[in-house]
Amino acid sequence: MLMVKPITPLPPDRAAALAQAYDGAVAASRRRVWAGLAVLVVLTGLAAKAAEVRPWVLAGNIGKFTDYLAQILPALSLGNLGGDLAEWYWGWPKWLALLGETLLMAYLGTLLGAIGGFLLCFAAAGNVARSRAGCFLVRRALEFCRTVPEIVFALIFVIAFGLGPMVGVLALAIHTTGALGKLFAEVVENIDMKPVESLTAAGAGRIETLRFAVLPQVLSNFVSYGLLRFEINVRGAGVMGFVGAGGIGQELLVAIRNFYYADVSAILVLIILTVMAIDLGTERLRHHLLGGLR
Amino acid sequence: MTPREPAMTPRDLNPAEIAALRQRYPGAFRSARGPRLLAGLAVAGLLALAGDAMVRLDFSVIRLLAGLGRLGEFSLMLLPPDPAGQAWTFLRALAETLGIAFIGTLAAALLAFPMAFLAARNVVPNPFVHFTLRRGLDVMRSVDVLIWALIWINVVGLGPFAGALAIACADFGALGKLFSEAVETVDAKAGEGVSASGGAELHRIRFGLIPAVLPVLGSQVLYFFESNTRSATIIGIVGAGGIGQYLTELIRVLELRQVAFLILMILVTVAAIDAVSTRLRRALIGGASRQGRNLIGLNV
Repeated sequence: MLMVKPITPLPPDRAAALAQAYDGAVAASRRRVWAGLAVLVVLTGLAAKAAEVRPWVLAGNIGKFTDYLAQILPALSLGNLGGDLAEWYWGWPKWLALLGETLLMAYLGTLLGAIGGFLLCFAAAGNVARSRAGCFLVRRALEFCRTVPEIVFALIFVIAFGLGPMVGVLALAIHTTGALGKLFAEVVENIDMKPVESLTAAGAGRIETLRFAVLPQVLSNFVSYGLLRFEINVRGAGVMGFVGAGGIGQELLVAIRNFYYADVSAILVLIILTVMAIDLGTERLRHHLLGGLR
Repeated sequence: MTPREPAMTPRDLNPAEIAALRQRYPGAFRSARGPRLLAGLAVAGLLALAGDAMVRLDFSVIRLLAGLGRLGEFSLMLLPPDPAGQAWTFLRALAETLGIAFIGTLAAALLAFPMAFLAARNVVPNPFVHFTLRRGLDVMRSVDVLIWALIWINVVGLGPFAGALAIACADFGALGKLFSEAVETVDAKAGEGVSASGGAELHRIRFGLIPAVLPVLGSQVLYFFESNTRSATIIGIVGAGGIGQYLTELIRVLELRQVAFLILMILVTVAAIDAVSTRLRRALIGGASRQGRNLIGLNV
């Protein structure tokens, strides 16, 4: 049975109380926002002092930035496009070889790091780790590997192993072990434990449990994180040459320091295009992977 | 069915039962040979590429072993960590590093905030604008922080300011992309409600989009601040301020006990910032839902 009931307005005292409560809540949230902003301003002031921020220098020299961009842009003319391009990319055989070296460094560093992270992640995941002390130690070790930047490892390794791309690979691999080990361990901690319990109940050993109960649940995520890391490592490998650890970075550093303007833009464009292509490629692959396996 | 012993083992199944099961669940009995072969091939391909890469990159066991020996010596030289009377200098450099990370992240976030809406498809539907802005952000993002630092040193001179600008530029690209993706995935209902009750486009953005994305953006900015404290430690390698300058010099002259002290300082600082920002992030995202609950409580 349908009843049409007219809306009765609230009694004035109730309405007033509710309105007051609402105003109070709004005022409280406003106060919080202002307090947060005040803290932010104070912190900004301190940070600006520490970082020697000088906006007037930036404003005064911003012309230099645009000049620099204008200078590194190559002289390309429509009439002689082929010739100009050839002059711009005069060093292309060497640069392409170095770029290939950079990509191989990133690949090998990611692969070795992923293997390291894979081996350590089960010991660092709280739900499948066998000993609490081991779990703590492995976690701290991973934290160390990921907090010390790869360039710092490269600096130390260059002294120990000598110059060359092998050093860059090792530095990338150690940093990647730390980063991926942590992400992998988080994935393992989020699995459904029922398959693990049933395999343990059926008498499976540790390796068998990990292989048949844990691995099928985590593999797609592992590969996805590995691809993401590869993308980051390509960028990282690009600057390894700054400390003599191989790749295209050395050439770029020389070009920037010696003001070989056209070379700077040529190498930068190469790096940017490569990174963007790999971004797109790995993104597709990851969507495909996660979509296909779920 | 014949009566059975209560303890059943797989051996008790007779072939007829297995055949019946096979018929009922063909998926579980499917041969895994095809996928396994494919996986094996993929792994073999990856390993072959790795081997080729090792040859091309001059991996040598002798160098590796000699280097490991030297690394062993170095690790003995690391202990005990010792500032050698420079603790105060190092602390100031650390403060500079934090300043660089903070200013860089803040500037990047402020620049990326308007960009988030301009590069989001549900705010500016023009595909040309979307494509141009997104690719522009991609370009900023694909240039490493160290390269940005080298470029900014040409403009504002050596020092931490160049480092802050470098971080701001690299992160502007990354945050702009993440922000605009966050704006694109917002539930459209709130915005539609604002439009339906007569709100203009700007009202829709202010009351329909911003409240929904702000906690997400805030937590992303905090996350970037964390990771920037790490990248700010190395920016001194090219002369753009912070603790990296000392780190580079001391490593080059093998003053490893001071290096160990510096690394310890960095580890402690990064761990502290991690802890603070994790709590802030939780408060930010939890706070939003609590506010929502309050509002519902008020209405009932």
